[in-house]
Amino acid sequence: MSAVIETTNLTKHYGQVVAVDNLNLTLQEGEVFGLLGPNGSGKTTTILMLLGLAEPTSGDARVLGVDPARRPLEVKRRVGYLPDSVGFYDDLTATENLGYIARLNGLSWQEGGRRITDVLARMGLADVSERRVGTYSRGMRQRLGLAEVLLKQPVVAILDEPTLGLDPEAANEFLRLILDLKRDGLVVLLSSHLLHQVQVVCDRVGLFHKGRMVLEGTVETLADQVLGGAYRIRLEVGGDGLDETLAGTPGVVGVSRENGRIYRLEAKSDCRAEVARRVVSKGVPLLSLSLERPGLDEIYARHFHGGQYEA
Amino acid sequence: MRREGSPWTGVWAVFFKELADHLSSTRMLILESLTFIMALIAVFTATQTLTQTVGEDPFIFLKLFTTDRDPLPSFLFFLGLLIPLTAIALAFDAVNSEHNRRTLSRVLAQPIYRDALLLGKFLAGLTTMAIMLAALWLLITGLGIFRLGVVPSGEEVARGLLFLLATLAYAGVWLGLAMGFSVLYRQPATSALATLAVWLFFAVFWNIITQIVAQAVRPIEYGFPEEQLRQIQMQLFLSRLSPNTLYTEVLLAVLNPAQRALGPVLVTQLEGAIMGTPLPWFDSLLLAWPQLIGMIASVILLFAWAYVNFQRQEVRA
Repeated sequence: MSAVIETTNLTKHYGQVVAVDNLNLTLQEGEVFGLLGPNGSGKTTTILMLLGLAEPTSGDARVLGVDPARRPLEVKRRVGYLPDSVGFYDDLTATENLGYIARLNGLSWQEGGRRITDVLARMGLADVSERRVGTYSRGMRQRLGLAEVLLKQPVVAILDEPTLGLDPEAANEFLRLILDLKRDGLVVLLSSHLLHQVQVVCDRVGLFHKGRMVLEGTVETLADQVLGGAYRIRLEVGGDGLDETLAGTPGVVGVSRENGRIYRLEAKSDCRAEVARRVVSKGVPLLSLSLERPGLDEIYARHFHGGQYEA
Repeated sequence: MRREGSPWTGVWAVFFKELADHLSSTRMLILESLTFIMALIAVFTATQTLTQTVGEDPFIFLKLFTTDRDPLPSFLFFLGLLIPLTAIALAFDAVNSEHNRRTLSRVLAQPIYRDALLLGKFLAGLTTMAIMLAALWLLITGLGIFRLGVVPSGEEVARGLLFLLATLAYAGVWLGLAMGFSVLYRQPATSALATLAVWLFFAVFWNIITQIVAQAVRPIEYGFPEEQLRQIQMQLFLSRLSPNTLYTEVLLAVLNPAQRALGPVLVTQLEGAIMGTPLPWFDSLLLAWPQLIGMIASVILLFAWAYVNFQRQEVRA
């Protein structure tokens, strides 16, 4: 059995509002999965159901083969959770905050103390472990949250909007820590609406919209699916009248023109050589030509503004 | 849906954390100092009155609680004010502060049920009160020994312990109420005000209301004694819905060994009774048994109310 998290037709209603709608999600061992979607698209609700903190209206969830609605303690013992906008007891030190969590997990004093020292050192908080958490910066709090997740030595880590509100440097550092987790063999479920960050660390992503997972797969396959071609070519030229020439190039699916002499081509294959040859043969100077990998941001924007998902 | 795993898991972890928080909090420090200062003043003045009658009264240590001397009221009066206040201060932000600090989802993501969190917090509050009351009782008794020069009898100690139990139950009522409101309202200020409003209602308005209602429901039309009795019984019934009345009646029975009834007594019922003779402590306990059980039952009901609301609440902030 290799499915670590598996949901079948998982549904949650809040009154009339459908928060999660027939979700089918599978996470394999050793995988980093990104749950993406705008605020209020059902990401947090899904996570709460996976932890047994919210009861599904219908459908079924299995975490490590256990039903979290029936045996939540077993699930929570092996799954670490970092909530969005995590909070700590501000008048306690980092060590004391983690000490409480260690005791809630039933760890002995020695074992708890040893693990706390370990995780704080690993998160780079060893120097400030005796400072009150009230004095911590947002990035430090987030790392303390991750330290807490690691404290129980989980099999699965669920991180809800972990980079929200961090400055770019702190966010990148945090993403590196997530990659470390992956190297240790943890399964990571990451929720975010900051697509370009998720792209860096996730093996697969699922795009949420109004409680449904509308797209799922690796970033490359999604690009294929949504953009029709996975290649985007940007070229800058020194003249006009190229639209038809470019559109006629084999492999090119779409041409769009940005401010004056910059074109963007969508192509099914890397047809840069052919494009260059055609531009030059037209007698127009070619100033630059480059290949752009489509980002998640773009896939997302394309998909949701394509008309079929008007908000 | 049946859930598996013990709801008790983690209850002691929560209990000890909350207890440590309470015992070291500024809030408790202020209230405890206030209580102890008042206790000292009340007992000091009481002993001044009592030293004149040391030899005559067999229950002089109980008198320490009840004796007042103008212009100062007795220790019990102070306690009646401070117990609800302290209990409310301990619990009014028990759950909503976890919400507001965004620690709730983090704590509930640990392998515990919500039951453990609420129960642990409640027990910690109750234990804090118990520690404070026990210290207070010992302080007063010690001061009494020092000032009066006699030691308390076994009977007095037994009654003193009953007094502690009753006060703890009374504190539990306000603790449960404050905790219930802390589940219900997200703002700590709102829950504190709501609990204080209920306390004020029972402390000030309830007696007036019971009088008016009793007069309206059981009016005295012809002046028969039966009518008067029925009105008094009606009023007593209504006023016993208030925890304050229950507490006062328990204390009356426990701290006044001569007290033989709580409520109206007919002359025929007193036939053969030697007025002013003390009852054994166990009989006094029997006298106040319904009131004591009533208070404990209210504690359980209030906790259950808080519990049900907490279980239904969404975890997310």
